[in-house]
Amino acid sequence: MARAIEQKPSPILEALRRLRADAASYRGIWSWITTVDHKRIGIMYGVTALAFFVLGGIEALLLRLQLSTPNGEVLNPDQYNRIFTMHGTTMIFLVVMPLSAAFFNLLTPLMIGARDVAFPRLNAFSYWVFLAGGIFMNASFFTGGNILQGELGAPDAGWFGYAPLTLSRFSPGEGVDFWALGLLILGVSSMAAGFNFIVTILNMRAPGMTLFRMPLFVWMTLVTSFLIIFAMPVITVALFELLFDRLFDANFFNVEKGGTPLLWQHMFWLFGHPEVYILILPAMGIVSEVLPTFSRKPLFGYPFVVFSGIAIAFMSWGVWAHHMYTTGLGAVANSAFGVSTILIAIPTGVKIFNWLATLWGGSINLKTPLYFAVGFIAMFTIGGLTGVTHSIVPSDYQQQDTYYIVSHLHQVLFGGAIFGLFAGIYYWYPKFTGKMLYEGLGQLQFWLMFIGFNVTFQPMMILGLIGMPRRIYSYPEGQGFDTGNLVATVGAFMIAFSVLIFIINVIATARRKERAEADPWDGRTLEWSLPSPVPPYNFAEIPTVHALDDFWHQKYAEDERGRPVPVVAGGSGEAEEEEHAEGHGIHMPSPSFFPLISALGLPIIATGLIYDPAIVAVGAAVLVVGIYGWALEPATE
Amino acid sequence: MQHSPALETNTGLDNRKLLMWLFLASECLFFGSLIAAYLLYRDKSVTGPYPEDLFDIPFTSVSAFILLMSSVTMVLALAAVQRGDQHGLRIWLFTTAFLGILFVSGQAFEFTEFNREGLSLSTNLFGTTFFVLTGFHGAHVTVGVLILLSLFVMAQRGRLTQAESLHVELAGLYWHFVDIVWIVIFTLVYLIQP
Amino acid sequence: MTLAEFRGIKPAIGEGGQAAEPVHRQGAHPGPAEYVKIGLTLATVTAVEVAVYYIDALSDVLVPILVVLSALKFSLVVMWFMHLKFDNRLFSTFFVGGLILVAALFVVVLATLGGALV
Repeated sequence: MARAIEQKPSPILEALRRLRADAASYRGIWSWITTVDHKRIGIMYGVTALAFFVLGGIEALLLRLQLSTPNGEVLNPDQYNRIFTMHGTTMIFLVVMPLSAAFFNLLTPLMIGARDVAFPRLNAFSYWVFLAGGIFMNASFFTGGNILQGELGAPDAGWFGYAPLTLSRFSPGEGVDFWALGLLILGVSSMAAGFNFIVTILNMRAPGMTLFRMPLFVWMTLVTSFLIIFAMPVITVALFELLFDRLFDANFFNVEKGGTPLLWQHMFWLFGHPEVYILILPAMGIVSEVLPTFSRKPLFGYPFVVFSGIAIAFMSWGVWAHHMYTTGLGAVANSAFGVSTILIAIPTGVKIFNWLATLWGGSINLKTPLYFAVGFIAMFTIGGLTGVTHSIVPSDYQQQDTYYIVSHLHQVLFGGAIFGLFAGIYYWYPKFTGKMLYEGLGQLQFWLMFIGFNVTFQPMMILGLIGMPRRIYSYPEGQGFDTGNLVATVGAFMIAFSVLIFIINVIATARRKERAEADPWDGRTLEWSLPSPVPPYNFAEIPTVHALDDFWHQKYAEDERGRPVPVVAGGSGEAEEEEHAEGHGIHMPSPSFFPLISALGLPIIATGLIYDPAIVAVGAAVLVVGIYGWALEPATE
Repeated sequence: MQHSPALETNTGLDNRKLLMWLFLASECLFFGSLIAAYLLYRDKSVTGPYPEDLFDIPFTSVSAFILLMSSVTMVLALAAVQRGDQHGLRIWLFTTAFLGILFVSGQAFEFTEFNREGLSLSTNLFGTTFFVLTGFHGAHVTVGVLILLSLFVMAQRGRLTQAESLHVELAGLYWHFVDIVWIVIFTLVYLIQP
Repeated sequence: MTLAEFRGIKPAIGEGGQAAEPVHRQGAHPGPAEYVKIGLTLATVTAVEVAVYYIDALSDVLVPILVVLSALKFSLVVMWFMHLKFDNRLFSTFFVGGLILVAALFVVVLATLGGALV
């Protein structure tokens, strides 16, 4: 961009420049606040997302406590509605999506042999906007009165915010405004990341890394990013329409003036269905990396797994109204969407079979990442099968709005996405922290989580089929719901305990003395060729890639029976070389304040829209200052 | 990283230009959704005022013409900077921004006129969908004007030379996009009435 | 080796930071004269659109005529001013992809909700 200003710098600019220089040393809090390093940004995403996971989990425990007995009195209806809304919103937007983003950040440049992403400051901006959005949305808890007396202000219309419930007349107060504005802010974060990763993957691969030599996780990152950039604008418009109705008395969903609430449902699910694939594809990518390493076999049918991912992404646009079968769309629409929904099971099934074939005949290394990956396959298969039952219209008429759906969605999002993400956490933890998580505690966490998960959510299938509606704060006795709910609550506490084990594992690992090697799992992809943790510049020398799983082929040739035979002086030898490669004169992008400053503008604007237009002006000013500073500052100094 | 000259990228395309096209592709979804809401509710307003009561086609035609001409001046600005013509660059950048300001002023005038005649966001479906669609478009034009004026200032300070012509190209892509959205809106909203 | 070396491309002297797309699909790159001509075409087509709007005799075919004319203006700006005709096909794929996606989605939504398509 602009050449450096050739005049005497003002004292403020000079001080800022010195702070930036200090930050480039990677020491101290400023170095984190101004970082543009994808690895640090990835860690920040991960830690923040896990914190929200605990918050969303506590919300879940409160819900489960309330429902553990008939006519529960743990939460009143108002509190229940706010907590189940925030639980869903948090888990989807503040946990699974950012955890996926953490992995996109940590892995993509390493896996494609790059030094960073295409737009490092935009990357930092994505993180800070996510943090701002998460804090903004949760701040709403405090706006309802005295929080210590249980008066909550959070949104209470569900994570899906159906009109007309969300209109001012039925949801007075600021809760829904916080929800809509918070999601708008988070949307900015996701879109910025989506653009960044597409450009990075298309443009910054190492020499020789064709698209079909990329690790499968990178493919899933690419596909997910396309889904994000096309789906998010639709929910953005829907949220603006809702806000205009609420704040300015517009009529998008106002039946009295001729509007239809169904417009909201269409817009929401047009986004919402691609969104669920945004939630699952990254975890599928992780599983596709873990299984080959722990079977010591390449991913079976790599091109098919790639094409299935692409097919899922395309087809995900054609199924949204299966969330709306019971809204009176008519037989033609219902049938069409029923067929398209059944069809989308096909590419999903292709992936599952390829994963199983990867394991088959492999030399299995039973470690925690593999447990979670196999758990993913099992749980996601069940979840997917229940999904097929939903796709059949008359069957869904019975299932819609019951606990059967709650079971399905948790099966795929928890048994699927979260399990996949934990597989990734255990697998890549040594690469980025230099320490291995304790294996014993990892397996304990897995079994507790797996058993607890099933104890919680399998009874819900029965509960739903015998007629327990969802989104209710209590149920009467004598409906046959009592035992199932009690069991589910016990399971929920098992899950909570397993998360506690995970936290203990992290703390204990932080204190352990043994450092992890560069390649503790005998991995296949480029990140394992680097030291643990990875130096700021990633690769001392950008590698030239000759094959899929290039690092594996550097380490092993194959004998007549196709078994791997170690190559002399391949693999980790390079890692030691890397460690001494400091001070190569590799120019990395400079740290910057402006992504954070720009990000701060957004929640300020949002607050102003709820409370006081003058604050909007302040937020806009902060945003503009941030953007101009960003544009005029040189990217590298 | 941000300044990968195109030669060093796998596709041969500059990172920033690729980013801009991806952004414009996503903006198709944004404006498409708003236009769809307008089309959905066209002719469904329960009370007036209605489009035929308010639209001043000659006036809007002139402002549509102005925005189209601003695309011409924009591409002339790009041609100028690419051949090293700094003077031309400044003139055409300024003219484009000026035409953009004229357009936005025309919109503002139209909004206040309609408002005076009883149309607001809350009046009916037409008010809601019209003001939100054209309002977001106008906001995009305004952002574009700010970008153009910023580039103009950079050019004045001699910091927008042939080597930095990509900035003008990217601003141009954004500007033309905003123009083609108006081409669609002008036809679907103004000329094709129920 | 750098990616450029790997690809066997030698950077031209004086390239600077200018985006150099080595692949131009069409031959002649338009210049100011062509741009002005396109501008005049755009103005003329707009005038025709407005005229057609006012001619009552054409009111039955108003919609198709206007759709065709505005599609023409749209294409001229996209292909020439935005340079899509001469640039890498990838840009067209993304942009046209977005257009087709949004059109397809909302045709279905409007059909389902009984909205006026045009």
